[in-house]
Amino acid sequence: MSIKNRVILTLVAVVVIAFGLMLSQEFLNSYYSRIITLIGIYGIMAVSLTLVNGISGVFSLGHAGFIAVGAYTSALLTLSPQQKEMTFLIDKLIWPLNSIQIPFFWATIIAGLVAALFAFAVGWPSLRLSGDYFAIATLGFSEIIRIFALNLNWLTNGALGLKALPDYTTVWWSWGWLLVTVACITSLSYSSFGRALRAIREDRVAAQAMGINVFKHQLMAFVFGGFFAGISGSLYAHWLSTIDPRTNTVGILLTFNVLIMIVLGGLGSITGAIIGGALFAFLSEWLRFLESPMNVFGFKIMGISGMRMLVFSSLFVIIMIFWPRGIMGRKEFTWDGVASLFRRGRK
Amino acid sequence: MDPKTLLQNFVNGLSLGSLYALIAIGYTMVYGILRLINFAHGDIFMMAVYFAFFLVTLASLPWYFAAILAIAGAAILGFSVDRVAYKPIRKAPRISALITAIGVSFFLESLAVVVFSGIPRSFRTIFPQFLNEMIILGGQVETRYGREVIVGGIRFPIISIITLVITAIALVFLWWFIYRTKIGMAMRAVSVDIPTTSLMGVNVDRVIGITFALGSALAGIGGILWAIRYPQVWPYMGFIPGMKAFVAAVFGGIGSIPGAVLGGLILGITEIMMVGLLPGAAGYRDAFAFFILIIILSVKPSGLMGKPDIVKV
Repeated sequence: MSIKNRVILTLVAVVVIAFGLMLSQEFLNSYYSRIITLIGIYGIMAVSLTLVNGISGVFSLGHAGFIAVGAYTSALLTLSPQQKEMTFLIDKLIWPLNSIQIPFFWATIIAGLVAALFAFAVGWPSLRLSGDYFAIATLGFSEIIRIFALNLNWLTNGALGLKALPDYTTVWWSWGWLLVTVACITSLSYSSFGRALRAIREDRVAAQAMGINVFKHQLMAFVFGGFFAGISGSLYAHWLSTIDPRTNTVGILLTFNVLIMIVLGGLGSITGAIIGGALFAFLSEWLRFLESPMNVFGFKIMGISGMRMLVFSSLFVIIMIFWPRGIMGRKEFTWDGVASLFRRGRK
Repeated sequence: MDPKTLLQNFVNGLSLGSLYALIAIGYTMVYGILRLINFAHGDIFMMAVYFAFFLVTLASLPWYFAAILAIAGAAILGFSVDRVAYKPIRKAPRISALITAIGVSFFLESLAVVVFSGIPRSFRTIFPQFLNEMIILGGQVETRYGREVIVGGIRFPIISIITLVITAIALVFLWWFIYRTKIGMAMRAVSVDIPTTSLMGVNVDRVIGITFALGSALAGIGGILWAIRYPQVWPYMGFIPGMKAFVAAVFGGIGSIPGAVLGGLILGITEIMMVGLLPGAAGYRDAFAFFILIIILSVKPSGLMGKPDIVKV
């Protein structure tokens, strides 16, 4: 298939999805449109972690840390000075931050940049480590970020967190940023840079022997991943309309959730990451019935909270044991693939 | 800090450190054999505490009996985690094993939330009160528990001493088990070379299972002592002690049992001393262990007593 056709098909697909989103805004109630927004946010989180964990082959457990950095940065920038005055009860917010308010778009960009800076600072020492040590070091860094967020009252409002954020994150923001993320990371992953990353993933020593600077490539991938994690953090904070340093908001549980998405979708596939993110958002809403009281054959069963996490974690272990490739494996959605599917169908 | 407080902090740090050491041994043994960070180790620690809690409250067993059963339960749990989750993927890449371990950890945590509920429970009345009383050395004063003791000002809880004694007993047992029994010899052989050991007629899977059981039993002992010291039981209680014990294992050189003990003791003492010297930094005490981890990993990844990892092409 020629490049021209592929570009046209992609543009058509984008327009069709946009039209679908518009229809969903018209006809679905706000509950569903919130879930659709969440799918976009999860998609960004999963795709950015795929770049690090799937494509470049280092295994980071620090994603929630960068999401937290992005969330706090943009929340501090979009809240109005009066609101900050009211929120910061324990300590006053430090000077330049307490008197500025900037638009959501720029706050999100800055959130991404600050998270990328953090990713650079974390990646620089940690990427000298190999394999599982890197995983633990990044987990350690993300816990350090969370503990600082819990204690720096003059910056993050400590354990109280930031509340009453304006809910700027609409379907358009989240899916628009998803489009940007996917476009950037896909073109990155098909460039010579992405091929070098794959080479490192398959065989680090051989890649090094071919003249690839392993450290530099992995650090760049990590920083890019951190940038988009920061973006998703900004969107997530303005979707939740609150941000606090508890474990299940920006702690290890969030990293784990993103990990479920990319393992479900197939570690190493961008398409898989989006599918995984969408499935996770959908399942975590749909499985809510497990936690509400229900009627089974006339018996009343009280809802048990935590059932959803149990389902997800057992699903996760089962996938890892019996189906480690996930939905997409390392394959991607391509127009050529669709075309060959049709051709086979005609025969 | 005056010498009195220093000594008090030292004893408390030593006892906290020996708890880290008990948990760290499990990490280090499993890593030494499988090169796998057993993320679920901290959750086995948590499960053991819940076992003890419910054996005392629901089955109303005497506390010492409950403790022994809970430790046995932890061992069985560790063994079954290996059989169910890790054995099928032993040939898979190391990263898949790591991801599975993370999954198992969250599975155990969510299982505890569902079965035991996520509300923290108090462990205070489960075990006899005298364990938490203060020993005061050198003089004579009435304590607020109304008990007359030899006094002088150096105060630390009885549980600190008991922890030290039990840790010492467990370590002696472990040393005997690893260096004086046949199965211990097999464990040492497996940690050097799995294929060759299996060619020598050793049932490798059984040895690995026993390693998991032994490590989990030690984590169970640590868990119960931990819960007497910090009497709150909840499903995520294993995460932070587990991570700190892992730091201790890396500090001492992962794969080395004496290293894990040394790392645990150093980590416990420095942590307590840091909080004692800088009370303002107490909120950061959990971050402190991770700082140490990152510094060690970047300066000397093989730790104090570990062998450097050589990559052969």
